[in-house]
Amino acid sequence: MLDTSTPLVEMTDISIAFGGIRAVDRASISLHRGEVVGLLGHNGAGKSTLIKILSGAYRRDAGEIRINGETATINNPRDAKAYGIETIYQQLAVADNVDAAANLFLGREITTALGTLDDAAMESKAREVMGRLNPNFRRFKEPVKALSGGQRQSVAIARAILFNARILIMDEPTAALGPQETAQVGELIKQLKADGIGIFLISHDIHDVFDLADRVVVMKNGQVVGQAKTSDVTKDEVLGMIIMGKVPPGATPGPGAIRD
Amino acid sequence: MAEQHAMTTPAHPSSFAQSPLQRFLSATEVDTRLLGMIGALAIIWVGFNIFSGGLFLTPRNLWNLSVQTASVAVMVTGMVLVIVTRNIDLSVGSILGLVGMVMGVMQTQILPVQLGLGLGHPMIWILSLLIGIAVGVGIGALQGTIIAYLKVPAFIVTLGGYLVWRGAAWWVTAGRTVAPMDSTFQLMGGGPFGSIGALWSWVVAVIACAAIIIGLYFGRRQRRRFNFPQRPVWAEITLALIGCGATIGAVAVANAYPWPVRIAQNFANANGIAVPEGGLFVSHGIAIPVLIAVGVGVAMTFLTTRTRFGRYVYAMGGNPEAAELAGINTRWVTVKIFMLMGALCAIAAAISTARLNAATNALGTLDELYVIAAAVIGGTSLAGGVGTVAGALLGALVMQSLQSGMVLMGIDSPLQSIVVGIVLVFAVWLDTLYRRNKY
Repeated sequence: MLDTSTPLVEMTDISIAFGGIRAVDRASISLHRGEVVGLLGHNGAGKSTLIKILSGAYRRDAGEIRINGETATINNPRDAKAYGIETIYQQLAVADNVDAAANLFLGREITTALGTLDDAAMESKAREVMGRLNPNFRRFKEPVKALSGGQRQSVAIARAILFNARILIMDEPTAALGPQETAQVGELIKQLKADGIGIFLISHDIHDVFDLADRVVVMKNGQVVGQAKTSDVTKDEVLGMIIMGKVPPGATPGPGAIRD
Repeated sequence: MAEQHAMTTPAHPSSFAQSPLQRFLSATEVDTRLLGMIGALAIIWVGFNIFSGGLFLTPRNLWNLSVQTASVAVMVTGMVLVIVTRNIDLSVGSILGLVGMVMGVMQTQILPVQLGLGLGHPMIWILSLLIGIAVGVGIGALQGTIIAYLKVPAFIVTLGGYLVWRGAAWWVTAGRTVAPMDSTFQLMGGGPFGSIGALWSWVVAVIACAAIIIGLYFGRRQRRRFNFPQRPVWAEITLALIGCGATIGAVAVANAYPWPVRIAQNFANANGIAVPEGGLFVSHGIAIPVLIAVGVGVAMTFLTTRTRFGRYVYAMGGNPEAAELAGINTRWVTVKIFMLMGALCAIAAAISTARLNAATNALGTLDELYVIAAAVIGGTSLAGGVGTVAGALLGALVMQSLQSGMVLMGIDSPLQSIVVGIVLVFAVWLDTLYRRNKY
């Protein structure tokens, strides 16, 4: 509705219930190529649950997922990866006792003809990808725990895009980072966007995402309150949507909007 | 081509270091922690040598030390993987006891008598060993499955195993000691005949030196291929010299230890060799159990550093959830680790029973504690994710050196335990300090 081309991701009327509680109730959300969509809401609003359905961690009860206009079957994380959907978790992302290259290729190692690890080839590829994302990154030989939060996050992001992610899900990407590192991750997101990757940014804090996102979708009590281009609304108006479910004039109301 | 590389290859970090020592450490890329352990070992050796009146640093004692370390050394390489994945195995001593018993009964009764191969049949030793390894792997698979799939903590499962397998060892022969072992099997325990002699020891040394040099060369070629910073040439040469020097030195020591006079005399008489003035000098050379332990160490180092399995072991230790999310079958990897541990216990059991020339009920008692202590002294962190096979092997050597040195000095055995206990705690404290400063 905001973009006329076929969306990269289209989730329509998605519902899921856990023991009688409707965690997500007929929620619809879309994402276009090269677009950053901020998914906002309080803790427990259903935003993480909705996105975990896309990343394959949960199976939906009802609704439809279309990738590039075609109906997609996503039953587990491996299915999601096959569609080019990669998820970056803030805390669970890296094994911090091994180096960056080992983390990038974890579970998908490059091996030599003899079946042994080809560390040089992996490091070479890692240098190439990291050089694109974060040219200042030099510490390839050290365990990831020796890196700063921002550098670790760029390792996690590099892992996602290394395998040709087209859709990137970032759960609270800057929650644990300092101001400078947050800026670094912001730069990264802009680059990925320029490469045509669609990104979902999930956060409960509007300040984390408002400046990075092209569009925000606000959820409350499992329903979509409304969505808006960030150029059409103010931060305070979005805050009103998050807290009270009140939809400002610049936004498109959803099923969860308060009706007058 | 070479010029182009010289222009585009990034500088090695060693070119920025200030003091000569720093530059040396950075250029050779040696693990400073490992270097510290070698230093500690040197201090222990020299100290014991002084206090025992020159008895410690003799070919005879060092050769015996190497044979005594072999059994624990084989097991500690597996314990590293167990501890790295945040597990523990308290049952290794009992598994060693049970497997030793099984191998003993196999070669003294079942194979020669019940299956009619006859005593001294050339296949007996290998069949006994293979059956023992199969039993060890089976026990490991059982324990690993309970730990990984039924989610019972490894501490509990292997504590249970500690009691179960010790009891089972007794049950095999109702407590009777099984002896003597098959004569070929005995060679795995060392002794004058269980050593490979001077000539073959030199052959092993040459092969090892060639492997070191070829390994360094291929490592360098690989770095050049991908245009990575390379060590300075002098650092590569230094590493090659140190590696080859240590190998040649160790073999020279093993070759300097002659057979006991009486055995050499009998050997000479039996083979019609004229005994020269002052007795016949026959070198022991490298003992077979030591060769086995070194072979296991090399194989396990390869497994941990060059294979996917090894990579997964460390990733699981560092962050189990991340490993799981990366699509690693963490449960199956855990089972494989315990199966490997069982196989290594069986090899250690073969060395121990062969050396003792008997399988007894008490074999391997307290070994689990020595193995865990050796791994921890060798830098394996109980918090998981950290530890190397080489470090653990050094840890085993440190433990054995302490014990053997105190025996040479005539220290009472209660005091020996006290010293070993204190050293264990002290070593881990030092390690904690080292890691805190590093990161």
